[in-house]
Amino acid sequence: MSEEVTAEILTTHVLDLAAHGKRLDDRGPDEYRKITVEPGFVTTADGSALVRIGDTAVLCGIKLEPGKPFADTPNAGVLTTNAELIPLSSPVFEPGPPQPGAIEVSRVVDRAIRAAETIDLTRLCVTPGEKSWVCYVDIHVLDHGGNLIDAAQLAALGALTHATMPAKRFGIAEADYPLEVVHYPVECTFVRLGEAIVVDPTFDEERAAQGRVTVATDETGRIVAMQKGLVGAFSPDDIKTTVERAFHHGERMRAIARGVGA
Amino acid sequence: MGSVGAKDVPVLLSPEGLRVDGRRVNELRPIKITAGALKHADGSAFVEWGQNKVMAAVYGPREVHPRHLQQNTKAVIQCKYNMAAFSVDERKRPGLDRRSQEISKVIAEAFESVVFAEEFPRTSIDIYIEVLQANAGTRCAGLVAASVALADAGIPMADLLPAVAVGKAGGAIILDLKKEEDNFGEADLPMALVPQSGRLVLLQMEGHMTRDELATALDLGVQGCRGIYEVMKQALRDRYSVAPAAEAGA
Repeated sequence: MSEEVTAEILTTHVLDLAAHGKRLDDRGPDEYRKITVEPGFVTTADGSALVRIGDTAVLCGIKLEPGKPFADTPNAGVLTTNAELIPLSSPVFEPGPPQPGAIEVSRVVDRAIRAAETIDLTRLCVTPGEKSWVCYVDIHVLDHGGNLIDAAQLAALGALTHATMPAKRFGIAEADYPLEVVHYPVECTFVRLGEAIVVDPTFDEERAAQGRVTVATDETGRIVAMQKGLVGAFSPDDIKTTVERAFHHGERMRAIARGVGA
Repeated sequence: MGSVGAKDVPVLLSPEGLRVDGRRVNELRPIKITAGALKHADGSAFVEWGQNKVMAAVYGPREVHPRHLQQNTKAVIQCKYNMAAFSVDERKRPGLDRRSQEISKVIAEAFESVVFAEEFPRTSIDIYIEVLQANAGTRCAGLVAASVALADAGIPMADLLPAVAVGKAGGAIILDLKKEEDNFGEADLPMALVPQSGRLVLLQMEGHMTRDELATALDLGVQGCRGIYEVMKQALRDRYSVAPAAEAGA
């Protein structure tokens, strides 16, 4: 009960601040928290990255294994994305099967990776109809400080960008080689706080939010995925503005994920 | 989203600007909505939209199950979107998959944005959407059905929620995708509109679009939703309007 009361007081405070163009952590409405990407965080994975956005921490690990292509796509490898919001990362997560929140994160990330053709799945085919690589993208939220979608997507992109095909281990080629990344989609999430629409929400801002919208863009100027979430509404003009803002932030985030920016 | 290695891609847009089923880019498939289609639900609606057939039922406000979801200041709105095993060409394994759970979540959130839930604290408003026959756009058809079902159940809300998918196929921005356009097109963008505020409470997108295409698509979708809104209102009028009283008192 006391948790409910604090949450409500905090929500009122977040909304009051937003009405005056301010945020709890003194950021501007269009300002991200500090973003870091640490590739190769887990050496047992074929590719991995630990991403921090402020006090949110998300780890993604890639595993590549030989498997069977789907019957309807005999010439392509298989990509599967899974996100776990484990109880370790937040008092609000409980053990058990994936809740809708976790499913939403993994599906939104999966959608951006797939629609942007981040990796060319036909390159993961070994023998058409019989053997192909299966690329498992497993995302673990370690510390939930809000904006899990952006952090999860950035971790997935960081992990894919630095992944190695374990071809030698599985006797598919003489030597291992890098997984080729073709496109670089990044997600950019906004929430509505009253009439303000702010980027990169914290946990408290998400709880106060009157709607959330995520826009995934790639380096060629395409919008590849979108998702409106939480309770609340956006006008078509709001959406068009967030798209422009997403392209602006996307460029910098892509550079960070690729390890060529700061 | 052209699936990898797919074959037999149909012509999605003829040189004359006609789509696979002969529609123009800004044309909806025929929609028929029946309010109060079920007897035992508190509210219900059946939507036949192109080759989609979707039933929605609403129960409540009633006791919350499971109990721990109960909220002291408002009703919880729970939604279950489900596809029947026989609703698609290749039998769908019954039960909750991740796609259904995601759709259920975004639909529940869309309704939470318009239903006056604070009028019914400690209760649950349960929405069930059953896709019986699917041909692209089932989440939008489900939303439309559920919205009419909520009204049929007498649940107070700010507005009805018309919904439609817009997308890109054969290079054109099109309204209300059917299966071939969804499978082989370039983008799919389902949305739900609150007509009185002009705001969107559901928005998803997958595929590729430029900013300009997205702007066109949003405008086309809003226009489409306004058309569907009229059909929804008419369905409720058909169910609830009383024939003018006969002249002589018989």
